Amino acid sequence: MTRLAGSEGPRPTVSPAAPVVEPAKGGRRHLLSVAELGAEGIAEILEVSDAFVEVGRRSIPKVPSLRGRTVVTLFAEQSTRTRLSFETAAKRLSADVLSFSLDTSSVKKGESLRDTVETVAAMGVDAFVVRHTSAGAPAAVARWVDASVVNAGDGWHEHPTQALLDCYTIRQVLAERAGRPSQGAGVGCFVGLRVAIVGDVRHSRVARSLVLAMGSLGAEVILVAPGSLLPPSLEGWPVTEVSYDLDAVLPHVDVCYLLRLQSERGAGAFLPSVREYSTWYGLTARRAGLLGDGALVMHPGPMNRGVEIADDVAALPQSLVLRQVSNGVAVRMAVLFMLLGQAPVPGTGVSA
Amino acid sequence: MVDASGERLADVLIRSGQVGEVGPGVAVPRGATVLDAGGCLVCPGLVDLHTHLRQPGAEEAETVETGARAAALGGFTAVVAMPNTDPPVDSAAVALEVLALGEGATCLVAVAGAITMGRAGERLAPIGELASMGVRLFTDDGTGVQDVAVMRRALEYARGFDVTLAQHCEDEALARAGHMHEGEWSSRLGVPGIPAEAEEMMVARDIALVRLTGGRMHFLHLSTARSVALVAAAKAEGLAVTAEVTPHHLTLTHAELAGYDPVFKVNPPLRADTDVAALRVGCSDGTVDAVATDHAPHAPERKDDTLDAAPPGMLGLQTALPVVLGALGGGKCNGAVLGLLSWRPARIAGLARHQGGDQGGPIEPGAPANICVIDPTATWEVDPLRLASRSRNTPWAGRTMTGQVRHTLFRGEPVVVDAEAQR
Repeated sequence: MTRLAGSEGPRPTVSPAAPVVEPAKGGRRHLLSVAELGAEGIAEILEVSDAFVEVGRRSIPKVPSLRGRTVVTLFAEQSTRTRLSFETAAKRLSADVLSFSLDTSSVKKGESLRDTVETVAAMGVDAFVVRHTSAGAPAAVARWVDASVVNAGDGWHEHPTQALLDCYTIRQVLAERAGRPSQGAGVGCFVGLRVAIVGDVRHSRVARSLVLAMGSLGAEVILVAPGSLLPPSLEGWPVTEVSYDLDAVLPHVDVCYLLRLQSERGAGAFLPSVREYSTWYGLTARRAGLLGDGALVMHPGPMNRGVEIADDVAALPQSLVLRQVSNGVAVRMAVLFMLLGQAPVPGTGVSA
Repeated sequence: MVDASGERLADVLIRSGQVGEVGPGVAVPRGATVLDAGGCLVCPGLVDLHTHLRQPGAEEAETVETGARAAALGGFTAVVAMPNTDPPVDSAAVALEVLALGEGATCLVAVAGAITMGRAGERLAPIGELASMGVRLFTDDGTGVQDVAVMRRALEYARGFDVTLAQHCEDEALARAGHMHEGEWSSRLGVPGIPAEAEEMMVARDIALVRLTGGRMHFLHLSTARSVALVAAAKAEGLAVTAEVTPHHLTLTHAELAGYDPVFKVNPPLRADTDVAALRVGCSDGTVDAVATDHAPHAPERKDDTLDAAPPGMLGLQTALPVVLGALGGGKCNGAVLGLLSWRPARIAGLARHQGGDQGGPIEPGAPANICVIDPTATWEVDPLRLASRSRNTPWAGRTMTGQVRHTLFRGEPVVVDAEAQR
């Protein structure tokens, strides 16, 4: 896997017209796993995201950076927010967006995933944003086509842009509290940050990406889950602690990150009942009271209110759920721009 | 020359499909074909206990003819065709079809029968009728017989027919959803895993059944350290059990799955490096009786998919010998390693000479000329497109192998000469 971006190069700056980001040199690149990025790669994306957050505040939140580029969102799984977020991001970059659902496509007529993907690629596509129920599907697409591939969630494996937008959101809030802009703030704020990731870690691609990101950035990760929802092995995971006792963990964390109970992935068979799960692992109003002052509550959505998070807790000011969603567009703009923004326009030899 | 009776330097004269003279400086009769074996080892043809020839039913992946050609190129003069065809080998008719397809092939095609009808694990297949046709090995390979009572009945019933039951050890309740070994890599990659215990529980169960029934059991493709330990204990107890491992389980680990390449998806899955090490020890201390390929061709379009959608299995016949030499012999080719690939599996398959067969040597006057000539130092690169198999799913694509089969003689016919198939 190639790195999304090099660690060298000048800091991005914002001009009134459009973000000016110096290109990272190199060939075709993908974003398949947070593991490819390292701390520097994450820091670079967060910095570029700052520029696009600024764009998002303008009256016309659109820049011409990817004009003439084509981004395909190839989704083989139900998704609302991720798909809309990527498509909004691509459109704000002026890219042409093709939206493609595998369950309505010729895959149903027996065409293989490879043929489908190659057929779409033959129409002239610069990037595939791939969501698939199979872990590794984006890696397969990257093997099959020349276009850039962004993993928008593959099975239980990873969801890199979710982890990146979570990192962005944490950094933004911590910068606000410190009374300084997040731009140029670096990623030092993550060092020693105590992050509890609570719930269905076993089936969660969000957890895998987030653990890798937090590990890279020097945060301490505490996994809190019933034994049956932990992965079979945590070898190689940058995890400080594993706990079965949410009450004991909550007073000592800076971030409480709640995972969605993935009942559609068979989580039901891993638990006696949803009620029993929420009794021990749901963030109820009582439990939220155990959190220290200023601790943040996060959730990747969609929320199962009353299961992993109580309705009252979702509405608390330290709950960042909607801010995560709104930052998602800027972070995905950054990712698409960094993958596609530097490549020459096909057939013209003109660089963007 | 290497066979079960040791190593010696000799010429071998073959006449009418049989070994004629053996010894130093045998005179070459006029008109005889001379095959150069300088720098090579001459040994009994290899015997593969575990080959999927895919015929009938999946001829797009392999046929008896192409599989037998791949076998000959790999030095094998006999293969045991697994019964998980479509339809499966659970009747005399299908067994006869496969045997007929094997007539005229470039190696002996022995047929394994299913233990249960349709390999469904419920009703016994006609073990007696198939045994009377010469079938010596029975297995539902592809799956294990899940129901312990059915397996008990099978072992009891089979006792009277001088046949061996072979088990694909996998507890489906634990393994069903998995696509790779459960552990560090499956957890990282987010891929549902198959725990080692799914295999070990059935090995332990079947050892108990052998004790209970007095039956005879061969364990197919063992892949974990504890499976080998269980078999070692059963042998120490005097139970009639044998075991095979595959070349890939002796060499590759679950870390190969890091790129989600389905060519490394196989069942049982590639395990941890500690398992690989234990399998190698099991081969050298006698616990493991044979190396078998589990040659499992799949058409390219089926393998080139996402990891969970692709079927498990990899090619093995043409790469088995060099892979095993590298893993077990330290590159050296000796009787211990060749025994695992020739005369020991020949006995398990019921194909040895004292069992009425013609496989596994020794090479002596009057013996059937099933012979393999190995150049242990020759190197060659694995090109999936140049393999004789109809499929390309070799995990060794692009890798350089040390050790090559130079000639293969099947019943006296040079079916492979200078590493080229003759038909």
